[in-house]
Amino acid sequence: MIWQIELIILVLVVMFGVGALATRDLLSAAILFGAYSFLLCLLWAIMGAVDVAFTESSVGAGISTVLFVSAVLHTTRRTDN
Amino acid sequence: MRLTGLILLVALGGLLFYGALDFPDWGDPGSPASSHVSPYYIEHTMSDTQVPNIVTSVLADYRGYDTMFETVVIFTAGIVCIFLLRTFKTTVSESKMYRHLPTGITIRIEKGGKVPDDSDHFERIDSVWVPYDLVIRTTSRMIIPFIQIFALYVIAHGHHSPGGGFQGGVIFGASIVLFAIGFNLRTAIRQMGEKVTAFLCALGVFIYAGTGMVCILLKSNYLDYHALAALFGTDPVTARSHGILIVEIGVGIAVMAVMTVLYITLSSAGKQDEGL
Repeated sequence: MIWQIELIILVLVVMFGVGALATRDLLSAAILFGAYSFLLCLLWAIMGAVDVAFTESSVGAGISTVLFVSAVLHTTRRTDN
Repeated sequence: MRLTGLILLVALGGLLFYGALDFPDWGDPGSPASSHVSPYYIEHTMSDTQVPNIVTSVLADYRGYDTMFETVVIFTAGIVCIFLLRTFKTTVSESKMYRHLPTGITIRIEKGGKVPDDSDHFERIDSVWVPYDLVIRTTSRMIIPFIQIFALYVIAHGHHSPGGGFQGGVIFGASIVLFAIGFNLRTAIRQMGEKVTAFLCALGVFIYAGTGMVCILLKSNYLDYHALAALFGTDPVTARSHGILIVEIGVGIAVMAVMTVLYITLSSAGKQDEGL
């Protein structure tokens, strides 16, 4: 395990998480959540939980991003808060 | 208001970190979980179930009852999505868009009118912008079979490698979502209608719970797969391995159907007609 890579991914996870909450564009928030899930999946893989990483990458980064985007299609793209 | 929220957030976050300090170190061999439960699984999985992937055997055999209700949770999510969003009433002023295929002209037909039934020159399109998508269609047509074969591999090979019913089911559902995006929602619904998907949702849970019931009928405990040895004609250890596979297939079917239902209902806002 290389702690530098782990640290970079951890910092990126926090950045993407805060970014997804802070952005006013819902579509960007959905894409940021996808990136957040994918980095989290890398983190699981580093910790040796390969099954969890697999689930995270398929459910979190894959399907849920598609569901978010298809839900954003039916609402306004910008939000006030 | 924002300031109050920020103070609350920092306080609760600090409390969370303070509580997390009490956790045992990551990978600590002396922690309660690593000293009582895990060693049993690590030492007995191969002799009990013949499954090299310990995670799979814990998920579907030792803790099979939990996993059954995880499947029920996913099933409930799909059913609730249908109940909340599905609308059967068509809106009043509904005009439909068609494309005349030989000329490429887009026409709008108001309510009451319709294109000639016997003509196959008209293609129904969504009312939002629909480009010609030959590249996307051809690419998804080529990729989808490989995605589906990979999904079946993930389900069937869960005994030996990471994977299993949940992951394989999600990947299979993703291939259907890709089909719906690459072609259009109506084509996908013609292939996987809501009756079929609702039936498959229930069938997956039924396979899981039914396997447990068969074990009871064979005079054993619920979800105790070694009773299935009489059915398969194998020794009890191999029967547990087979039982895990049956249960994983059930989970895969349920998850695949629920993912399809969620996508189709969400993207069409419950009308199951036009969508992403």
